[in-house]
Amino acid sequence: MITVEGLTKRYARHVAVKNISFEVGKGQIVGFLGKNGAGKTTTMRVLTCFLPPTSGKANVAGFDVVEQSLEVRKRIGYLPETPPLYPEMEVADYLVFVAKLKGIPSPEIRRRVDEVCDRTAIASVKNTIIGKLSKGYRQRVGIAQAIIHNPPVLILDEPTSGLDPEQQREARQLIASLSGDHTIILSTHILSEVEQSCSSVIIINNGEIVAVDSVENLHHRGRANEMVSIEVSGASPAAVRQRLEQVPGVARVISRDSREGVAAFEVEALENAFLRPHLARAVVEAGWDLNELKMVGESLEEIFLELTKSERKEGELAVAQ
Amino acid sequence: MRNILTICGKELRAYFASPIAYLLMAFFGLIFGFFFYSATAYFVNAGLRQSMMGSGGPMSVNDYVIAPMLGNASVVGLFLIPLISMRLFAEEKRTGTIELLMTSPVRDSEIILGKWLGAMVMYLCVLAVSACNIALLFAWGQPDWRPILTGYLGLILQGGCVLAIGAFISSTTKNQIIAGAATFAVCLLLWVLSWVSSYNDAGWAQAVAYCSILTHFEPFSKGIIDTRDIVFYVSAIFLGLFLTSRSLESLRWRA
Repeated sequence: MITVEGLTKRYARHVAVKNISFEVGKGQIVGFLGKNGAGKTTTMRVLTCFLPPTSGKANVAGFDVVEQSLEVRKRIGYLPETPPLYPEMEVADYLVFVAKLKGIPSPEIRRRVDEVCDRTAIASVKNTIIGKLSKGYRQRVGIAQAIIHNPPVLILDEPTSGLDPEQQREARQLIASLSGDHTIILSTHILSEVEQSCSSVIIINNGEIVAVDSVENLHHRGRANEMVSIEVSGASPAAVRQRLEQVPGVARVISRDSREGVAAFEVEALENAFLRPHLARAVVEAGWDLNELKMVGESLEEIFLELTKSERKEGELAVAQ
Repeated sequence: MRNILTICGKELRAYFASPIAYLLMAFFGLIFGFFFYSATAYFVNAGLRQSMMGSGGPMSVNDYVIAPMLGNASVVGLFLIPLISMRLFAEEKRTGTIELLMTSPVRDSEIILGKWLGAMVMYLCVLAVSACNIALLFAWGQPDWRPILTGYLGLILQGGCVLAIGAFISSTTKNQIIAGAATFAVCLLLWVLSWVSSYNDAGWAQAVAYCSILTHFEPFSKGIIDTRDIVFYVSAIFLGLFLTSRSLESLRWRA
C-alpha cells in the first residue's frame, strides 16, 4: 500500500531523512518510532504530499507522491501533530467543510459526518464550537476529519500526544478499531503504544531507519541467547540456584527479587541451547514446585535505546568536543 | 469551482465569526458617513450661496458629493483592506491548518482563489455599508447612477488589487500583525508613488507614478472607464495572486 524507496529530505543545511526505504502492506498498522527530531514528521509530510522529497520515491496506494499528488491526497487521511482545526467553527460545520474539500459528493456529506461522529464518539459535541472543546475531543475531531472520506491510507502523527492516560487508551482503541479497513502509519515516541496497537514497527533515528520488523520479532531480537525467567517454591534460593546451574546448557543464573518461600531467577542459556524443558524437569525431579517458567523478551524500550545508542554517543561526543 | 466556493465560504464564516467583520463595517460606515455629511453639507451650502448670488449653472451632486466621497473611500480602503487580508494565510500557517488545505485533494490555485474571493466578498460587504448613504441621495435627489456604478467598479478593482498583494504578504509570514503592517506599508507606498511625477517628468518617474494605485482610480470616480486602468488593476491582481501561488509552493520546499 505504501512503498518508500531511497527517500531523502534535505532542508537548507540539515538532512532530516537520509535514504530510507520501507514498505507497508494493506491493512497493517505500522508504528513509526523515533525520538523527537528523528525524522518521523518529515517522512509523514512527504507521504501526505505536504513536502516533496529531495530525492527518492514514495508511492501511496499505487500513486507517486510527486507526479500524482492529487490522486494520493484523495486516498490519504492525515492527522498532523497539532490537529488542523478552526477554533471558530462548530464541529459539524468543520467536518462538512473538510468533507467538501475531500471531494465527497454533496448528498452523502451529512451521512458521512454523522458516521464519523458516531465512530469517534463526538456526536455529543457536534454543535459545539471547536475552540471550546477539551484536548481529548479536539484530537478526536482531528481523527474524524482524517477518516471522513474513508481513505485507504491513514497517517497519524503522534495521535495520543498530550492526552491523559484515559484519553490515550480511548484513542488507541479508536485507532485499533480502524485497522481492518485502513492501512495506518502512526508515529509516536511512546513505546507501550506501539506494543499495544501496531503489528509492525519502523524505528528511525537521526533520519535513518534502524529497524523494520514485527513487534514480536523485535522482542526476540538483540538477545542472541535464550533467557528464561523461573520461579520455584519449596526450597531455599541457594539450593535452587545450585540445581539450576547444573542443568546442561545454562550459561549463568541471575537472582531476581525472591519473596518468602519463592526463589526467582533469570537463567541465560548457552548459544543455541533450548533450556525450558530441562529446567522444568530439574525442578520437578528435585521435588519442588514450579510456579513460573517463561521466556523473557527484551522490552521494546531496551531495544529502542539499544538501536539508537551508538548514534547518541556519537552525538554526545560531538557536543562535548 | 466547488473547492473555490468551499474555501471562500469558510473564509467568510471566519470573518463573521469574529468581531473583525462587524468592526470593519462599523468603522467604514462611520468614516464614510462623516465624508457623506461633510460633502453634502458643503454642497448644500455652496448651492445656497450660488442661488443667493444668482450666478453659475446648475450644480451636479455627482461632481460635488459622489466623486469626492468615492475618492475618499478609495483612500480609506487602503487602510482597511490590510485588516481583511492579513489573516488569509498567516493564521493558517500559525495554527497549522494550512497542512489540512495542502494535503487535501485541492489545487494551490483553488486555495488562493477561494481565499481571495472570500476576502473580496468581505470587502464588498464593507463597501455595501456606503451604499446606504448613496441611497439617501437617490431618495432626495436625482444623481446620475452611471458614474456611481463606475466608481464602485473602480473601488472593487482597487480592493481586489490590494487584497491580492495582501494575500501574498500574508502567505510569507505566520504573524498576522506583521502581515497587516507590511501590507499597510505597501499600500501607503503605492498611494504616494504618484507624487514622483509632480516634481520629475523623466521617463522613470512617469513609470513609477504609473504604478500608483490611486491614480488609476480617479477616472472611475469621474465616470470614465479606461481600458488602461482596468488592465492595470487586473494585471496587478494577477501578479499578486501569482506571487501568492509561488509563495505557497515555496512552503512545500522550505517548510
